[in-house]
Amino acid sequence: MIRLTQEPFDPGAELTAFCRDRAETGAVASFVGIARGEGGAAIVLELEAWPGFTEARIAEIASEATRRFGLHDLAIVHRVGQIAPGEAIVLVLTASAHRREAFQACDFLMDYLKSRAPFWKKEHGPGGFRWVEPTVRDLADIDRWN
Amino acid sequence: MTRVLLFGRLRDRADWRERVFEPSPATLFALKALIGAEDAGLAEALDAPGVQAAVDRNLVRGDVALAPGAEVAFLPPMSGG
Repeated sequence: MIRLTQEPFDPGAELTAFCRDRAETGAVASFVGIARGEGGAAIVLELEAWPGFTEARIAEIASEATRRFGLHDLAIVHRVGQIAPGEAIVLVLTASAHRREAFQACDFLMDYLKSRAPFWKKEHGPGGFRWVEPTVRDLADIDRWN
Repeated sequence: MTRVLLFGRLRDRADWRERVFEPSPATLFALKALIGAEDAGLAEALDAPGVQAAVDRNLVRGDVALAPGAEVAFLPPMSGG
């Protein structure tokens, strides 16, 4: 399940629903990304997507993760629009028979979402705004999977 | 006609989000030249490292032919999560 949402979401409720009715899934791993306040420098984060295209690209990444790690299932919920510090931006849930694959798939998906998923992030602060782009660290992280 | 979409900082740079070019340029590079004739700074921003182009929602590299009615999007470096 891949979902973009303008509205805040409850990661706990999503996790509970995801874990329900699984007799053969031995492991579910989760990652929640939360908007940082940066000590007052970030008042609001604005995330732009390209509806249709963004979901399609994420679906490609998700298929790759499913194939690579033998996942039973996965869920990605991603905010778009205006996000306040402390709100969840992204949730990744992965289900597999054993824990290692679930952890790795979660890590893999986040590395791809950080620098390959079509989102554009603008940070509004007291002195204006700045566009946030992938860091050297983000680019090095994605290279680990090649 | 060719429909052009800009995202992220490119939209701020251009001060427009979507435009139609008529008649259709034959190639992606011809489209960039048209844009550059109006706004050299924007054309430079489209060629900056990390900026990708999508034609009819498929990412492309280098120059490609544009069919009449094509939709071209310019995508600055992506940052999710």
